[in-house]
Amino acid sequence: MQFFKKKKVHYPDFWYAYENSFKQKQATELKDVRFVVLDTETTGFDYGEDRMLSIGALALKDNTIAVGEAFEVFLDQYFYHAKNVQIHGILRDERKNRVTELEALQKFLAFVGNSVLVAHHAGFDITMLNCALRRHGMPKLLNKVLDTSTLYKRTLIQSPLLKKKEHYSLDELADKFNITKRDRHTALGDTYITAIAFLKILEKLKKKGKFSVKKLLK
Amino acid sequence: MNNTISLRVADFLKNFPPFNVLRQEDLEALAGEVSIVYRDKESAIFQENEPPHERFYVVHKGAIILKNKGSNTIIDMCDEGDIFGLRPLIANESYKMDAFAYEETILYAIPLNVFRPLTQNYEAVGNFLIESFASNTRNPYAIKTSASSETNGVLKEGHTADSAVFDLQQVTYSKKLVSCTKTTSIKTIAERMTKKKVGAMLVLENKLPIGIITDKDIRNKIATGAFPITAKASAIMSSPVITYPKQMTIAQAQMAMMKSNISHLCLTTDGTANSAAEGILSKHDLMLTLGNNPAVLMKAIKRARKIKKIKQIRKGIMQLLQGYLDQNIPLTLTSRIISELNDACIKQVIVLSLETMDTPPPVKFAWLAMGSQGRSEQLLHTDQDNALIFEDVTEIALPETTAYFVSLAKAITKGLMEIGYEYCPAEMMASNPEWCLSLSQWKASVSHWIVNPGPDEVLLSSIFFDYNLAYGEKELVNQLTEHIFEETSKYPIFFLHLASGALQNPSPSGFFRSFLVEEDGAHKDFFDLKRRALMPLVDAARVLILSHKIKSINNTAERFERLAELEQNNQELFLACSYATKALLKFRTKQGLLHNDSGRFIALDKLSKEEKIKLKRTFKTIKELQELIKVRFKVTNL
Repeated sequence: MQFFKKKKVHYPDFWYAYENSFKQKQATELKDVRFVVLDTETTGFDYGEDRMLSIGALALKDNTIAVGEAFEVFLDQYFYHAKNVQIHGILRDERKNRVTELEALQKFLAFVGNSVLVAHHAGFDITMLNCALRRHGMPKLLNKVLDTSTLYKRTLIQSPLLKKKEHYSLDELADKFNITKRDRHTALGDTYITAIAFLKILEKLKKKGKFSVKKLLK
Repeated sequence: MNNTISLRVADFLKNFPPFNVLRQEDLEALAGEVSIVYRDKESAIFQENEPPHERFYVVHKGAIILKNKGSNTIIDMCDEGDIFGLRPLIANESYKMDAFAYEETILYAIPLNVFRPLTQNYEAVGNFLIESFASNTRNPYAIKTSASSETNGVLKEGHTADSAVFDLQQVTYSKKLVSCTKTTSIKTIAERMTKKKVGAMLVLENKLPIGIITDKDIRNKIATGAFPITAKASAIMSSPVITYPKQMTIAQAQMAMMKSNISHLCLTTDGTANSAAEGILSKHDLMLTLGNNPAVLMKAIKRARKIKKIKQIRKGIMQLLQGYLDQNIPLTLTSRIISELNDACIKQVIVLSLETMDTPPPVKFAWLAMGSQGRSEQLLHTDQDNALIFEDVTEIALPETTAYFVSLAKAITKGLMEIGYEYCPAEMMASNPEWCLSLSQWKASVSHWIVNPGPDEVLLSSIFFDYNLAYGEKELVNQLTEHIFEETSKYPIFFLHLASGALQNPSPSGFFRSFLVEEDGAHKDFFDLKRRALMPLVDAARVLILSHKIKSINNTAERFERLAELEQNNQELFLACSYATKALLKFRTKQGLLHNDSGRFIALDKLSKEEKIKLKRTFKTIKELQELIKVRFKVTNL
């Protein structure tokens, strides 16, 4: 690690394209902000050992999701936990147009650009992505990140009678907002649930007053 | 491009015309180009005279209202699967009406340039468009596809501006035929009619209708002893059957029933008794189509087999409410009828939820409505507040029993949300394990509130103590009520706290008798009718009636009326309070219907001078009532 820090490193070209996209200033009106809602399916929860199996992402702008613009990749990974297969249903040898991790990252960075990232329990997905970037010698993601789990907590009323939980699962959000749980535990299916929940949360936050894009993205 | 989402879109579209005729690959290609649009309640999709968008819309979830701006009449209401905003695109002209979301809505926006080739490649799609433009309905097949829904008319009626045109609409009839053969025994027939909740049964032979048996036949021919109960259908059926073609207008159907003095029409393929029976049209179906009256709605609720159908009926209830208010029918009567209907909806949701459980309930239980619903003051859709009590079980069986009832409660609260009751933001619902307890657990927590009346406990009591049995075992509720009276007489200090809680509500008017409005939040500069005017009355009524140990009167206005009887010397004040409660409730309901919300927040600048004076008059009564509470329970000592 020490060795890399001293040396002037050179990143892949697509990284620089990604980095350049941040020269453009973020929009100030909510309807102009491009959000990218994402979810990853992984082999497990260990940042060091576990790997991403698929990335799903949807672009969201002005309350609208373009279906054709959906991002969905399945990765070729050698690391596997049999016990997780029953959750995400992705088998190692299943043929499904797989890409390498590097290709996946390249496509992903091109897709997100300088958009605001949104994920449920975002910390996990972003760290997974950052670990993958580091494996390929790149720095961390530069995007602004929003977590629907914490945003949801902000919509709840302040009442001594309501005991807020530390964490709200995606299932709980789907139940609260009456979003169908079909395709749960596929990256893009979870992304869709997160996206609709995010839109509903935004509406709630707007109604609470004192809402601004600046505050949201702070 | 195909992905999980586009496949899901395709999966949805394929259920609705004209997409149902598309080949899978075309449908998937189309779905890949769709945009998913989210619109919050009341927000516009397009407006009159706006140039057409590049896309037209299909409702995925929620509902859209199409409205004529000039005359402010609702032209149509689009539900799941309905298309709108297509004609202006094809004709390339501006929108002729406003479209806005009636509730939170998700739309699929389909680009015209992708859809247009399909109209040429598929004859059926082209025809669909021609027919829908010619008949000027958004979906020419709507009548056919929704024919099995008896409640369909409830919604349609209110949205058809011109009732003259309405009479010429096609009838909707029950397609699911309930029939038997000549040799079926009367007992079997009566059992099946009871089970299917119908008033008539066709007697078929090779699909041809040869006779009909109605409730009346059973009454006139069996109950009178003219025929034994073991008789066969052929003995008592009315024959031949009067038949009509299935395409008939409402006016024609009415005429036909009047002419032959019958209550059921048999509809056949070609209109004669020599073709197959297609359906039965009852007077009840017709009445449903023609209008909303409580009895018809009540019957429709009890017949509803799906939560979605109850949702539609509730729209009819809202129209009924609007009509009552327009006609200035006394609020006591209005709220009683609407509450009855709302209660019936809730009961039906519970019944349907119970059916989805794998096993029947292990022990008896009671479903309680709390808050405004418990007080029968809920005219509009508001949040749901509810709780569940179940019979005491052994300690070993408790976890399992609790788990059963919590999962039942989850199904019920979800159903209630689907028909329009939003989840309680403070989680005061039976799906929360803290509100789903056995009788002795409830007794323990109620005792805890009464013995340790901190601010939270008082707040909890004030919400819980207005409970009303919505479904289930009355005995459980009675036992709990007895327990509450016992405890409160042991700890009279509780009343003092409850009374001081009742005085906590912010004052409605300032020093110069001006309205006090909210200072921030989404409702800045609005007047909070619920918190500042209604709650003080509700809270005061509760503490007074509890201190008199009067049970089973939950309605605030009725509580004040009872108090007026009990306390002759304060009669005038209590009657004024009762009047004020009703006036405020009516005010809130009107405001709520106007804005399709709970009516809690009021824009003062929208009120007429007269309305403002009326409101202020109630404030004076509230002040006097609060003085009385202060003195009686010596709240100043606290």
